[in-house]
Parts: sequence; C-alpha cells; structure tokens
Amino acid sequence: MQRLTVRDSPAPGTRRRPSSSSLLASELKQLFRRRRTQAMLLALAAIPVVIAVVVRVSSAVPPGRGPAFLDRISQNGLFVAVTAMLVSVPLFLPLTIGVVAGDTIAGEAGLGTLRYLLVAPAGRARLLLVKYAGAAVFCISAPLAVALAGAGIGWVLFPVGPVALLSGDLVEPDEALVRMLLIAAYQAVSLLGLSAIGLFLSTLTDVPVGAMAATIVLSVVSQVLDQLPQLEWLHPWLFTHHWFGFADLLRQPIGWDSFGDNALLQAGYIAVFGALAFGRFVSKDVLS
Amino acid sequence: MTAAGRALALETKGLSKRFGHQLAVNSIDLAVPRGSVFGFLGPNGSGKTTTIRMMLGLAAPTAGEVRVLGMDMPRQLDEVLPRVGALVEGPAFYPFLSGAANLHRFDAADRHAAPSTRRARVAEALERVGLSHAARKKVRAYSLGMKQRLGIANALLARRELLVLDEPTNGLDPQGTREVRNLVRSLAADGATVFVSSHLLAEVEQICTHAAIMSAGRLVAQGPLAELRESGTAQLRLVTPDAGAASGVLVRFGLSPVVGHPDGADAVITSSLPIGAGADGTAGLPAANGGVAPEAVVAALVADGVRVRGFTVERGSLEDRFVALTGEGFDVAQ
Ligand SMILES: Nc1ncnc2c1ncn2[C@@H]1O[C@H](COP(=O)(O)OP(=O)(O)OP(=O)(O)O)[C@@H](O)[C@H]1O
Ligand SMILES: [Mg+2]
Repeated sequence: MQRLTVRDSPAPGTRRRPSSSSLLASELKQLFRRRRTQAMLLALAAIPVVIAVVVRVSSAVPPGRGPAFLDRISQNGLFVAVTAMLVSVPLFLPLTIGVVAGDTIAGEAGLGTLRYLLVAPAGRARLLLVKYAGAAVFCISAPLAVALAGAGIGWVLFPVGPVALLSGDLVEPDEALVRMLLIAAYQAVSLLGLSAIGLFLSTLTDVPVGAMAATIVLSVVSQVLDQLPQLEWLHPWLFTHHWFGFADLLRQPIGWDSFGDNALLQAGYIAVFGALAFGRFVSKDVLS
Repeated sequence: MTAAGRALALETKGLSKRFGHQLAVNSIDLAVPRGSVFGFLGPNGSGKTTTIRMMLGLAAPTAGEVRVLGMDMPRQLDEVLPRVGALVEGPAFYPFLSGAANLHRFDAADRHAAPSTRRARVAEALERVGLSHAARKKVRAYSLGMKQRLGIANALLARRELLVLDEPTNGLDPQGTREVRNLVRSLAADGATVFVSSHLLAEVEQICTHAAIMSAGRLVAQGPLAELRESGTAQLRLVTPDAGAASGVLVRFGLSPVVGHPDGADAVITSSLPIGAGADGTAGLPAANGGVAPEAVVAALVADGVRVRGFTVERGSLEDRFVALTGEGFDVAQ
C-alpha cells in the first residue's frame, strides 16, 4: 500500500465554507441514474403510449364510456396527455412516489449506508432536507413524463389542431401544451404532501419496502375516505382531496382556485410531516 | 479543558446504553491517549460496536458522556466528525455503484470535504488499500475482503486525527491483514490515533500500544499493553528428579505445585506464579507488591539441594489475560 499524500486536506481546526450542493447533486445523480427510477419513469411514459395506440387501432369510442376525454383523442392528439394524466393520478403516480419517498431514509438504513453518511458527517437535518428535495424533484419528473410522452405520442398518431377547452373556448396547440404543463405542475404539487408522508414513514423503519407500501396504502385509503359522504367534514383535510381538481386549468380564463387550495393543503402536509420526520430522525438511534 | 483531557483522543465517563432490559454497555470509562494504537477487545456481543456507535453520535447514550478529540459528542458532532475516519460494524455500500462512485458519494456527504480534490483523494484512498484496479467495478461484484478494503478506504478519504476501525481485518486474506497492520502503523506514525476493535488477540498484540477489554458490557481492564499482559499470573515450569523436595519449597512460597511425569525420568512441576502489579511499568517480572520473584524460588530450590534441570517462567499472553477476564465459556454472554 502506498503512502497517502492528501493534497489540500484542511489543517485541523480550519473550517471550510460548508457546501450543501455536493450532497444534493450526488443525491439527484444517484436517484435518476438508478435503474429503478428510470424504469418507473418509463412505465409512466408508457401509459399515454398504450392509450394512444389502443385508441388508434380500435374503432371510435362511444362518448361517455371509458376515462373522460377518451372519446376526444381521435379528434385531437393533445387529449392523449390529459387522458393519461387522469388515468395515472389515482394509482400509478402515487405508486412511484411511494417507492421514491419510502426509500429515502429507510433505503439508506437498509443498506447500512446511513451510518456512513452520518459519520461523514452529512448532518441529520441536512440529509433529511436533501432526501426530501430529491423526492420533490421526482414529484416534478413523474407527471412531466406522462404529460410529455402523451403530447408526443398524440402528436405522432393523431391530428393536432386547436383544442376546445372545457369552457368551450378554442386555444392553439402551443397554448394547449402550456395548459398540459400546468396540469403536470398541479400534479407535482399534489404529490409533495404524499412525499412528506413517505419521508416520515421512511424514518420509522430500516425496511424500505415497508415504508413504500405504507405510503402507497395511505394514498389509496385517503382516496377511499374521500369517496365516503359520511366523512364529508374530513374531505377538505385529505391530501388527495384536490388530486382531480386540475380541470379548472382547462378553462378560459384559468381558474386558479383549486391550484391555490391544493398548494395550501400540500404545504400543510409538508409542514406537519416534515416536522414529524425531523423530530424522529434527529433523535433516532442509527443501529442498522 | 484539563491537560489530561487534551491528552486524550477519546474519553468516556460512565457511558451506558440500554436496549430494552439489557444493558449492552454498562458504565464504561474509557481513556484513549492521543497517538496511541488502542485495541478494543471483547467477545461477541460484549458491547464494542454499541460503544463505537455512541462515540460517533449514531446512537444516544442512555447515561454518561463521550468526548472525542476533546469535544463533547454528540453536541459538537459537526466539528468532530470531519476529523474522524470510521469503519462501523463492517462496510456498507450501494451495490449498484462502483467502488469509486461509492467513495465519491460519501465524500460528497461531508460538507467540509473540498469537491476540487475529491477525485484525487478517492484515487489515493483506493490505491492505499490496493483497490485501484477494481475502482470501476460495481460493489455488487466485490468479494467480502474487497468490500472491507473499500470500507477502510472510506475512512481514509481525508487526513484524520482519529480512526475508529471496528474489526478492520474481518474477511481479509493474510496479505490484506498484513497490509492493514502496516496501514495502522503508518497512520500512527503520521500522528493519528487509531482505535481498533477486534477479537483477534494476536493481531492486537502486534500493533497496539494500549488495549481495553470488554466483557458483557463492562470494561474489565484497560491500559498500556505491557501492563495488561503483565498483571495477573505467570506460569512456572520446573524440571527436576527431586519432586518431593521441590514441591515442599514451592509450597513454602505459597504456590500450589502440580507434579507430572511426562517422560518417566524427571518430574515436571508446574505452578502459577503471582506477579506483582509492575508498579514502574517496566518489562520483566518484578517481585514487588505481593508477587513471588522467580530468582528467589530458584535460590531456595538450590539451597535445599533440589537438582534444577529446567526452570522457566512464562509471562501470560494477552490471550490468557483475555480468557481470564472474560471467561472460558463459548456462549455469548447475553
Ligand atoms: N439494535 C439492537 N437492539 C437490541 N439489542 C442490541 C442491538 N444492537 C446490539 N444489541 C445488543 O447489545 C449487545 C452488544 O452488541 P454489540 O454489537 O455492541 O457487540 P460487539 O461487542 O460489537 O460484538 P461483535 O464482536 O459480535 O461485533 C449484544 O448483546 C446485542 O445483542
Ligand atoms: Mg461488533
């Protein structure tokens, strides 16, 4: 073994200006270079492709059957993206978020790498923040994958022209694309609360699959509760309550109310579960 | 801070950790001098790793305090840990990343590590443990010993004042074991303090200047290695045809001789010989403090006309001391 001549190692006592960007960059690189993440994004992108191909090869869909907007696809390819988004919201999107958010801390604990990150030292609060930031970036990417793949395949397989909004107004395709991106942004915001829940659950266990499953189950339970009229008082507090509220973005002028309500609700969930995750993680014994 | 505190790289006072009903670490007072190579010994389950976790701020003590490099843990964790390299309970890595990528990741987690020198430091650490050729290989495809080496490389990513190595030679081949020994020596020569936990006593005897012995959560001995070996008893072995007279002399010294006749002609008499506590800490077999001086025994034997044909006194090895302190049984304590 060679003698180590470490260049530029800090003399004891001198403190370098702390840089947080390194860890975030490393986290994002790790997340998005991982096969599992890429597979999930690909699977999400496949949803609009499957829908578009099925509609293309089959005869006209009678209006009112299947997911909303399905009958409009053959008239305008841009509706592929909207339809795919509607199909993905209840299960596919929360599924991928559950995997990413549930894995944040528990995945590191399960591998044993958590102890090495902490003795590096990453700092517990900083690590938690970076982990949440990584999950948040995935929350943006996941609906974006659906929207872009949908717009792309719709443009390839179907005629694209002025789009009739829900309010009846016609907008040009480029304006429609902007609306599509707004819907993706709406979904990204919708998923931030769920990510915070996943982050918290992830601090409770060393078994990542457990945290993932619990996060996904919670998203389903919340949607079921949202369907029960007996629990009407609870509905506005459920993190899934506004998940389907993006129709307002398809009106002229754009209705921002549900966007705002949703953002506020998600911010509440982020605050509460972020605080719980913080409280749990900073005092947790890392014994994995 | 007291002068004594400054001279210690690691210090615990009444450190305890409870898991449910079990006290995994029971009020231990460790004192690891700066610049020492400190062997932390103990049978499986005696609390070594748990103690190390508390030293590094991974687990909170149930009671007691820890000072690392003169600073309070975990309060000053952010200042302490960049100066400490650690291997805790074996290596752990991302199997889907290469060896070098794993080190990059852990180095990025240290916000005091300069990104500009990261590549060079990773390459040097890998070279130091002999892994340069496997740097691009996925850790999934590493052998146990290669992972262990990578774990040591991770501890060496920056210049460290203290290295805490939990069983660093676990799974290593003889070359690897030797290299780790050399590595520990070279780190110590550079002025670092090395705290190594192990149950490979021969190894500790070779590299350590100090040692402590844990047993069922308690610290049962600690100090410079020479003192640890010496305190306790030595084994006396006398070869003589005059078994009866010789036994009489030994009994007069308060010993309890055992007479054997391994090959017929001469009797071989063995007895344990209490050794004084070696007050001055020098090597040898001082007779002070209630011990029995071997030379006095020989003189008495000769004076009584015993024909002494062989006389040896063997100092207890660290292993004898270890077994004496932690018990013979094979079962783990708890
Ligand atoms: N997470 C845990 N929960 C409960 N008990 C634990 C936990 N970790 C360790 N222990 C207990 O604490 C005691 C000390 O364990 P520790 O890992 O510190 O031993 P060790 O000296 O490192 O042993 P080894 O030589 O096998 O590595 C053991 O009895 C063990 O069962
Ligand atoms: Mg151990």
